[in-house]
Amino acid sequence: MSAETAATTTPVIDSVQRAGETPDRVQPYEALGLTDDEYARIREILGRRPTSGELAMYSVMWSEHCSYKSSKKYLRRFGEKVTDRMREHLMVGMGQNAGVVDIGRGWAVTFKVESHNHPSYVEPFQGAATGVGGIVRDIISMGARPVAVMDQLRFGALGDPDTSRVVHGVVSGISFYGNCLGLPNIGGETVFDPVYQGNPLVNALCLGVLRHEDLHLANARGAGNKVVLFGARTGGDGIGGASILASDTFSAGGPTKRPAVQVGDPFAEKVLIECCLELFAGDLVEAIQDLGAAGISCATSELAANGDGGMRVDLDAVLLRDPTLTAEEILMSESQERMMAVVTPDKLAGFLAVTERWEVETSVLGEVTDTGRLEITWRGETIVDVDPTTVAVDGPVYDRPVARPAGLDALQADSAAALPRPESGDELRRTVLALIGSPNLADVGWITDQYDRYVLGNTALAFPDDAGMIRVDEESGLGVAIATDANGRYCQLDPRQGAQLALAEAYRNVAVTGAVPLAVTDCLNFGAPTNPEVMWQLAEAVEGLSDACLALEVPVTGGNVSLYNQTGSQAIHPTPVVGVLGVIDDVARRIPSGWQDEGLNLYLLGETALELDGSAWAQVAHGHLGGRPPAVRLDAERALAGLLAAAAEEGLLSAAHDLAEGGLAATLAEGVLRFGVGARVWLDGIVDRDGVDAATALFSESTARVLVAVPREEDVKFNGLCAGRGVPALRIGVTDAASGTLEVQDRFEIPVEELRRTSRATLPQALGHGATSAGS
Amino acid sequence: MTRVGVITFPGSLDDGDARRAIRLVGAEPVRLWHGDHDLAGVDAVVLPGGFSYGDYLRCGAIAAHSPIMREVIDAADGGLPVLGICNGFQMLTEAHLLPGGLVRNDHGAFICRDQRLRVEQTATAWTSGFEAGEEIVVPLKNGEGGYVADADTVARLEDEGRVVFRYVDVDPNGSVHGIAGVANERGNVVGLMPHPEHAVEPGFGPDTDAAMRSGVDGLRVFRSALEGALAR
Repeated sequence: MSAETAATTTPVIDSVQRAGETPDRVQPYEALGLTDDEYARIREILGRRPTSGELAMYSVMWSEHCSYKSSKKYLRRFGEKVTDRMREHLMVGMGQNAGVVDIGRGWAVTFKVESHNHPSYVEPFQGAATGVGGIVRDIISMGARPVAVMDQLRFGALGDPDTSRVVHGVVSGISFYGNCLGLPNIGGETVFDPVYQGNPLVNALCLGVLRHEDLHLANARGAGNKVVLFGARTGGDGIGGASILASDTFSAGGPTKRPAVQVGDPFAEKVLIECCLELFAGDLVEAIQDLGAAGISCATSELAANGDGGMRVDLDAVLLRDPTLTAEEILMSESQERMMAVVTPDKLAGFLAVTERWEVETSVLGEVTDTGRLEITWRGETIVDVDPTTVAVDGPVYDRPVARPAGLDALQADSAAALPRPESGDELRRTVLALIGSPNLADVGWITDQYDRYVLGNTALAFPDDAGMIRVDEESGLGVAIATDANGRYCQLDPRQGAQLALAEAYRNVAVTGAVPLAVTDCLNFGAPTNPEVMWQLAEAVEGLSDACLALEVPVTGGNVSLYNQTGSQAIHPTPVVGVLGVIDDVARRIPSGWQDEGLNLYLLGETALELDGSAWAQVAHGHLGGRPPAVRLDAERALAGLLAAAAEEGLLSAAHDLAEGGLAATLAEGVLRFGVGARVWLDGIVDRDGVDAATALFSESTARVLVAVPREEDVKFNGLCAGRGVPALRIGVTDAASGTLEVQDRFEIPVEELRRTSRATLPQALGHGATSAGS
Repeated sequence: MTRVGVITFPGSLDDGDARRAIRLVGAEPVRLWHGDHDLAGVDAVVLPGGFSYGDYLRCGAIAAHSPIMREVIDAADGGLPVLGICNGFQMLTEAHLLPGGLVRNDHGAFICRDQRLRVEQTATAWTSGFEAGEEIVVPLKNGEGGYVADADTVARLEDEGRVVFRYVDVDPNGSVHGIAGVANERGNVVGLMPHPEHAVEPGFGPDTDAAMRSGVDGLRVFRSALEGALAR
């Protein structure tokens, strides 16, 4: 009955044959996001006009989101700037669903960060939820078990009513989906800034674990192998999401785009995870590809293009939620929780037994062929007949014009060094409290308390420590740490340096846990590539990031680019989110970010310069953004990381916490608040050695600095280690449990309780009391 | 060796953690499947946390009618120790092995926190290893953990000493009388919202005053059942 109903609504099937017979038929390629040139190129490739099904496929696969057509030219840098040593641990690099890194003892991990920015603004709850779902499926398709997630969130100004709408939706979406999947949320970032008002950034990272022999690549190989679609049924949600949503700019007065956002079902995804892992474990599949952006169009063309032949698929076999869907809609649907597998005929029965056990609906769509063509039939007619590489691999590549932003010189000349700085103890105290209570430094428990950080029982570190850490091997304690960072303000001042600073901070955040940084993933969030100034920012950021990866010898293993993050002509700050993964031999040796014991010596590692441009202080105290971001000191970062790994190995450190936004003041406050244990600190050593004033000592954001707490009995050994490795170490205080205060000698004191109250008040005040009404 | 079954439902999440906890106290964890009618002769059963069947309809409602729950109900009536954690607690109330029910947290949001509890009753299969009135810290994580029951039921639970765990300092989800966990009359069936299986291994539990993530108060829940089984 369904076929007949649909047949009456689409009386004529636009087959390949018909396309040949009606070459002049006008096609709505512009509405699908294709340019005149791109449409002409499709006609040239096919030697005829595309069928409407082919047009649908090309339009989604050649969209910015799927094809990286504006960024590809620059992304190549990541592949070019690598040494043999960087390749040593890399089992799978860029280009697959996610990179895979060898961490030893037969174990490997795969990790990737991806954006779901536009859907999350249109429909925050579902947009954020399906963002988690999508990245998790990328990880599964490598043959890995997903073991943790993190999210990198950027919202408009805290206090704006629309920000509250987006934050509530996004956080409850991530909470709902991630918690139901049973994946611990081990950290992330939250930033509030008016530049993200109409363009929140919702990035999600997933970490997966696998044995070396379990690695699978999403390739369709072996003529005669079956192509199987399993998971949720295909419905009308998310159609055109890739081409229309992700590659379009939000503009006032446009039609509402809600129907193009997908709807997620984490229960279906959880069952799908277990089902896929059982299929891999039983050696019942050759390859699994997730269905994300561009749905079946993407899965079939990528599997076929990465394989050794072609593929023939019958769309009538697709199980539908809505039987009235047209072939084009089936090809473009972004219904969630679906996977495509390649299965040898002799294993098909075993495959179906597993999907049946998990009650996952499955249908065989077709098979791998040796024709080199992707052929798709519907209702007995061939509606797609293309070379899959032209769809999935050889899309358009643009060399878009770049231009250094017109106002950048003036912006860089406007240094924060000229702003008045607090001098008296009272002024310093007030400034510290203002910083600790400011939206980007305040406690984010309002958000993180809504995430399960315990499930799976392997979480060795989670928020509020600097990095998340997961035990991989229960026997040896082998584990990995991950941290992500990005500072859009630095990148606005200098995208090249800003991207390097993001890497340096994430690298340092991994190092302070005692782990050794090993690999990188990134999510490049920028404005519209059609704006030459945005393209310049992107080019600079990629150039800078790839140089810094080379200098630190940590390869980029994969990631994602999100463009068109702008409302009207107002682009977001360039926001390259950089995730660093590190390895630790035994998670039992990890280092906390705060101290618990009395009488530990506090050492500041690294040197402090007058570097307040783009700082949290400049923002909070003066609403100022200008000048040049802090200097990048990659050699010093490497030395510091080496020192921290050695000190962790020998168990010399009770705590280690990096210095970043908010400088030493924020690090001290966070170190105190981690376990509620106070400290007594003196600034004179920094002031004398580095020639800076007290405010600069407290608020400068000079890089390559870490605060560590060292037990007295390890003092000599620790100092020896620092001297031997050339890391400047200065004793600046002691931990002090009895006082119940953070005391900066001769300047001010803040009771721990006042720090805590200040830090915890900000988010609930702006967002409502939610879960934290429970106190904690 | 004492064998403790952990039932996996579609959507179970903490089944692996429950098995690990059982292993750590020296018992043998046995995987049980929701679709089977077989408890494999285990000495005790744990219904783990998660979102069984996506928590569609009501939390635990569909799981309470799954094939294996018939066996669990019969065995519980015969005295088999049964522990329901979080979603498992919800299943036990849906299956009428325990009174009352669990509703959406009063503040409306999911909450994950290190929760202080008082052990109110040690005469159960799962709390015999504690001191009466002892305070412990175990993780709590739920969206629908508010314990509710009619006034008569609550009064009866209090009078009969069947409130097993009570929230201390903070009632994190608006539970009546701060009830975190209850037992059946016989004391062999216990359900609680907090997660003792997440406080069993140094390094991966809640923070303590001594060291980060070193809390292992949950171990004794599982050890109680093990020692009870050995004593039989």
